[in-house]
Amino acid sequence: MKELIVNALDNGTVIDHIPSASVMQVARILKLDESKSTIIMGMNMESSKMVSKGIIKVRETYFKPNEINKISLVAPQATLTIIENYDVKEKRIVEVPDEIVGLIQCPNSKCITNHETVTTRFHVVNKSPELKMECHYCEKVIGKEDLKFI
Amino acid sequence: MNSLKNRSLVSINDFSKEEQLLILDQAAEFEKNPRQPLLNGYVIASLFFEPSTRTRLSFESAISMLGGRIIGFSEAGTSSVSKGESLRDTIRTVNNYCDLIIMRHPIDGSARFASEVSRVPVVNAGDGANQHPTQTLLDMYTIRQTQKRLENLKIGFVGDLKYGRTVHSLLMAMANFNCEFAFVSPRFLAIPQQNKDKVNDLGLNYSEHNNIGEVINDVDILYMTRIQRERFSDPAEYEKVKNFYELKLSDLENAKPGMKVLHPLPRVNEINIEVDQTEKAYYFEQALNGVYVRQAIISMILGVVS
Repeated sequence: MKELIVNALDNGTVIDHIPSASVMQVARILKLDESKSTIIMGMNMESSKMVSKGIIKVRETYFKPNEINKISLVAPQATLTIIENYDVKEKRIVEVPDEIVGLIQCPNSKCITNHETVTTRFHVVNKSPELKMECHYCEKVIGKEDLKFI
Repeated sequence: MNSLKNRSLVSINDFSKEEQLLILDQAAEFEKNPRQPLLNGYVIASLFFEPSTRTRLSFESAISMLGGRIIGFSEAGTSSVSKGESLRDTIRTVNNYCDLIIMRHPIDGSARFASEVSRVPVVNAGDGANQHPTQTLLDMYTIRQTQKRLENLKIGFVGDLKYGRTVHSLLMAMANFNCEFAFVSPRFLAIPQQNKDKVNDLGLNYSEHNNIGEVINDVDILYMTRIQRERFSDPAEYEKVKNFYELKLSDLENAKPGMKVLHPLPRVNEINIEVDQTEKAYYFEQALNGVYVRQAIISMILGVVS
């Protein structure tokens, strides 16, 4: 089997084991569309751990934990590798944060966040096996199926 | 030290079980002596963005009996909201004129938002379908008054358990007291899974039913709520089920001796008026308790009682 070759990274971050369908969403969450760095994105790649995985490599860019943890909502199995001089400096798995601020919209049309200029805030009440979050304002509990990114 | 001083009351969970009990104890003091000049010189804003009879009058009565002054409006049409003012601006303006804001608003989460932009404490008098914590506290007060305890009771909830915010809040509050619950409703107005999960997580028992007869002889409290005709898409369906949820005098024949029927009111036809004459009917006393409980909440938040 031939291996798909993508350029090795000299310095930067590799986000691996993203479900293929979520790669674009991860890029949006990390605001990569606004980035000036070199970015390599792969989708529908073979993986021993997943049916079909995606990968994102971003040159000379390092994410803060609270930034990277946001992607756990759509890519809970994602792994993060920091590369320095072509070597692995650090490997991490993403974690669902305790609080999600300004990232998703409340699906309750009667929630104040859909009527006034308010930053949305969700408290994560259950991380696994099923993700459950409670809106800080209307107190409605929502699941993964309700996720709508701002 | 009064831990409630200067705090907002938005959701029943904002106050710990111990703090909730302190409010009930203080309310019992006001029940003995409801007219005291504790709020002389205080100005309280009563902002009712949607109409309410009981809650608004009960708050106003509570404040008046303690000598406080009330400013505000009883419907959004008479405020600047009708000119398009945002809730943020209304609150930031009104908080300059008062020591505390009482707010009823049709949008879910509006009270939490108001409490975050206000520099004076906010007491939620109902935010859409979300919370109505002062009702919950007066329900708890009434349960304790009639049963002499809050622990280990069996509580039956009847009616619209899906949209009824009073049910959701009271259920969560009573879940702290090792109670057992029976839910009686048409299937499409059943208690949401979210609430059942919370009861389950606490290791408490509950059962679901579709008529009152299945639970009435076992419960200590029967908490009735209104089933709104407008929730039914088919009027014939409403006619068919409404009798299952109408409490009649004959239903009470074999109820426990100390059992009480509560209702947040207004009632339409879910409790036949012939029930009113029995000692089991306790909903008007419950409404009166609203005054003492609200006196306790306001006085403790303003720090005029210890």
